Amino acid sequence: MEKAAKTEEIVNHPAILSKQKLGSGTRKSRNWLQPQAAIPHRLYVGISISSIVLLFAVWSLLTYTGMVDPLFLPTPVEIVHSGITLFTEYGFINDIGITIYRVLAGFLIAVVIGLPLGILMGTFKVVEAFFEPMISAIRYMPASAFIPLFILWIGVGELEKITIIFVGSFFSLVLMVAVEVGNVRRELLEAAYTLGRSKLGVLRSVILPASLPGIMEILRLILGWAWSYIIVAELVASASGIGSLILESQRMLKTGNIIFGIATIGVLGLLSDIILKICIKKAFPWHYGR
Amino acid sequence: MKLMSKPKLEIKSVTKVFAGNKNRANVLALDQTNLTIMPNEFITILGPSGCGKSTLLRIVAGLEEQTTGDVFLDGQELFGPSSNRGMVFQAYSLFPWLTVEENIQFGLKTKEIGAGERKEIVRKYIELVQLEGFEKHYPRQLSGGMQQRVAIARALANDPEILLLDEPFGALDNQTRTLMQELLLEIWEKSHKTVLFITHDVEESIYLANRVVVMTSRPGRIKADIPIELEHPRPYSIKVEPKFLAYKEQLTELIREESLKAMMEIK
Repeated sequence: MEKAAKTEEIVNHPAILSKQKLGSGTRKSRNWLQPQAAIPHRLYVGISISSIVLLFAVWSLLTYTGMVDPLFLPTPVEIVHSGITLFTEYGFINDIGITIYRVLAGFLIAVVIGLPLGILMGTFKVVEAFFEPMISAIRYMPASAFIPLFILWIGVGELEKITIIFVGSFFSLVLMVAVEVGNVRRELLEAAYTLGRSKLGVLRSVILPASLPGIMEILRLILGWAWSYIIVAELVASASGIGSLILESQRMLKTGNIIFGIATIGVLGLLSDIILKICIKKAFPWHYGR
Repeated sequence: MKLMSKPKLEIKSVTKVFAGNKNRANVLALDQTNLTIMPNEFITILGPSGCGKSTLLRIVAGLEEQTTGDVFLDGQELFGPSSNRGMVFQAYSLFPWLTVEENIQFGLKTKEIGAGERKEIVRKYIELVQLEGFEKHYPRQLSGGMQQRVAIARALANDPEILLLDEPFGALDNQTRTLMQELLLEIWEKSHKTVLFITHDVEESIYLANRVVVMTSRPGRIKADIPIELEHPRPYSIKVEPKFLAYKEQLTELIREESLKAMMEIK
């Protein structure tokens, strides 16, 4: 704010104004290239839209002119067609449903167990000392590498898919929540003590409310990761779900279906992200906006 | 007459050592500090930065534990923090998820006070710190000066025996700081709480206090204890009167020696 006010002052200064007039021809272009400088909103949106248009233009050029074999890359219209047949003839909606179910089940179990554990680790050093080494080590073992082990242990059913999502989400979630909770300002705790709260009372009345927005952001991030784990799980051993459809389409050389499947996951991930983002902003007016 | 009344707060030979480690020696932050505060007194502790004055206040608040020595409030020895000592921190100590009125009644919720009475108390203190109309605002919507007014109201609403302030106006700009000093003095003249106020600002220490306690730096010790005999109420214009300036000269001299000493040590 202060910075902006100063800039305005400088800009309105008569000496500088006259200088600007002299060099007004080059002024706009110079502004675009100035590091971190703002550009007009309409220009920003225009550039964003043109990038998408450019993508489709290059895609159409490559496919409609026959420069690329349709086996590798079908035309945009063909992909829309594959999408429609997937829904009408192959019951694609059931695959989407089962994939969403697996992601949410694994994610929610991770949240139900991981959230309290992370909060306790961030609050009490004793708990942190006990769990930190173990969780930190497992965190760096990729969830997808566990798939063969889980198939061996629990087979290829729903439980295996959900377990992979759980493992992929749980350990990072615990550690990130612990850090978030541990970063609650000390002054807030001290203020609560001098206002008569007990050592355990501050957990509920200060630590939880102070770290809740950050925790929700962490959950949003981790849900995003869960979407990529589920596809890996479904690619390896599954008869249903978006991932298995992608794998089957590859075997039958249905490139359009593969691309449509990938796009579907992208849309699902984006939608869940946007929904969470809006909910978070609505739920914590004191943290975001006015 | 003063001999008759009992001290509100007694700090008796309090010492604080911050334990060092392999790379750092132990630091003696406070050395044999004694201070007695009578009821309704407004004491400012003046010292250069890093002299241990904040440590002393935090020990009184119970947020820090002294290495040796004792602190008594109304003759009772103190252990740990409690709502009988209200604290105002330098900045950013309001609960950001609570509105102004929710912040002010935060301490009241642990007490057996009905909702109606609580509302009445909140209204009273909002009026006292002149924040009518901002009850439903969140801290981030307020200026620094307004936030500190809420912090003062929050501490006072709890009706503590003593109010502790740790450079509460240190982060504010000069004009706001002056207004806040006037407001705090006005509140004190009305409520007559016992106040212990930490500052490194000479003018602030004289304007507010009826006793200025000067501290030495490293180790922190009490160097001088100077009664300020200026009448109340004190208009801001008092700051240019000869009597005020005489105090200022005396205290500036005292604090200058300490600041020089502190500067050399940091090097």
